[in-house]
Amino acid sequence: MTESSAGPLKRTPLYDLHRELGARLVPFAGYEMPVQYPTGILVEHNHTRTACGLFDVSHMGQVRLTAKPGQNAAKALETLVPGDIAGLQPGQQRYTQFTNDAGGILDDLMVTSTGDHLLVVVNAACKDADLAHMQKHLSATCEIEPMFSRGLLALQGPQASAVLSRLVPQVATMKFMTGAYVVIDGARCYVTRSGYTGGDGYEISTPADQTDAIARKLLGHPEVKPIGLGARDSLRLEAGLCLYGHDIDTTTTPVEAVLLWSVGKERRVQGGFPGAAVVQKQIAEGSSRKRVGLLPEGKAIAREGAEIVIGGKTVGTVTSGGFSPTMGRAIAMGYVERSQSANGTKVDLMVRGKPVAAEIVPMPFVKHAYYRG
Amino acid sequence: MAETKYTEEHEWIRVEGDVGTIGITQYAQEQLGDVVFVDVPAAGRTVAKGEACAVVESVKAASDIYAPASGEVVESNAALAETPGDVNAEPTGKGWFFKLKLADKGELDGLMDEAAYDAFVKSLG
Repeated sequence: MTESSAGPLKRTPLYDLHRELGARLVPFAGYEMPVQYPTGILVEHNHTRTACGLFDVSHMGQVRLTAKPGQNAAKALETLVPGDIAGLQPGQQRYTQFTNDAGGILDDLMVTSTGDHLLVVVNAACKDADLAHMQKHLSATCEIEPMFSRGLLALQGPQASAVLSRLVPQVATMKFMTGAYVVIDGARCYVTRSGYTGGDGYEISTPADQTDAIARKLLGHPEVKPIGLGARDSLRLEAGLCLYGHDIDTTTTPVEAVLLWSVGKERRVQGGFPGAAVVQKQIAEGSSRKRVGLLPEGKAIAREGAEIVIGGKTVGTVTSGGFSPTMGRAIAMGYVERSQSANGTKVDLMVRGKPVAAEIVPMPFVKHAYYRG
Repeated sequence: MAETKYTEEHEWIRVEGDVGTIGITQYAQEQLGDVVFVDVPAAGRTVAKGEACAVVESVKAASDIYAPASGEVVESNAALAETPGDVNAEPTGKGWFFKLKLADKGELDGLMDEAAYDAFVKSLG
């Protein structure tokens, strides 16, 4: 999951804290990021599933869109994404994708309406391209403000609500995929009840210069431990969530990636986003391949790039694979030909030249635990 | 008297008579992180010095283990199938990988002793 990038590595506002905590720092999307802390990925993963983990995701790109006079920012953004953005009520959040003319995915993103603005969070590795993309297509309709220096903290796990509501009581009753402005320690923050673990939790957008103090305050609660990118990856894989550049990219459409749930019902009919014709055709006729969950029988781990084979014939490729600490076994996801994608289908995953028996299974691997009130 | 030698790939080999026991070093297990699966060669397999003959999977990645010398595998550590974490807890003890009947003990001459290996690890920063 390490990704190279030209130029000197950037640092988030929590760099000094990561060093103090003994993190192993690795280059990721142009940033020096903690892959793990001294306790290791397994402990961090399990702690997030059973208590509460704090993740530094400040490398992700935060952008604020504000409609110019007489314009509608949500309608404008809908020209770039297939999600129902115009239908967002103030305080509502939605997951969507920037698509290209072939229906491929340029990036996936979260969009929250504050009423006055849209707050967009995009992947770190794509943020410069995403910003240029929005500037090219939305400058006539929106003020586009990159907020790349802001902090973004993810507080995740079954104890996240108990912890954060000690500082901000109102967050206890916030529902999954909603957001609100709050004040933490005198700092104006924007909190959403969302995350990338499949569990309950929050993401907290913080002013750059107050990120460190807020992170330390959260870590001061006995339930909270710092969690690195290693566990972030194993947690999201258990939750069946896509990692951009691996499970989705410019060659996969939202239909192939089984993200049709995130495409607005009216938008499927009306289109109006890049690649709409391709997506609509796939909705009507089915795509030639689709993303599936894979459960290997033994302990061997099939990782990204492993071929998926049925009866000696390659039918697809693993796009993410690893060890699930919660299940104590290997899990994977990948793309297979649609005709071979039924749950229960037996396949072989080619690991170092040897077939590893596996079965196509529904995702998530670990049940989501979102707070829906 | 057993003698332990080390490779630049961070394997150790402890030689008693003409049998060498092979595993990975403390430095290697720290770099790998939590080990969740180890694929060891079966007894009876013949391996050449430098051949990739075992795989250790951590949560993060898979890494090949290379034979530090040529020979025939006489025993592999079956317990690692159930308790791969032994590699983290006791890399030079319970976490051994396999035992090799050495074809040519002279092959070990090019490997590092403990002092040389410690200096090598220090040089890696």
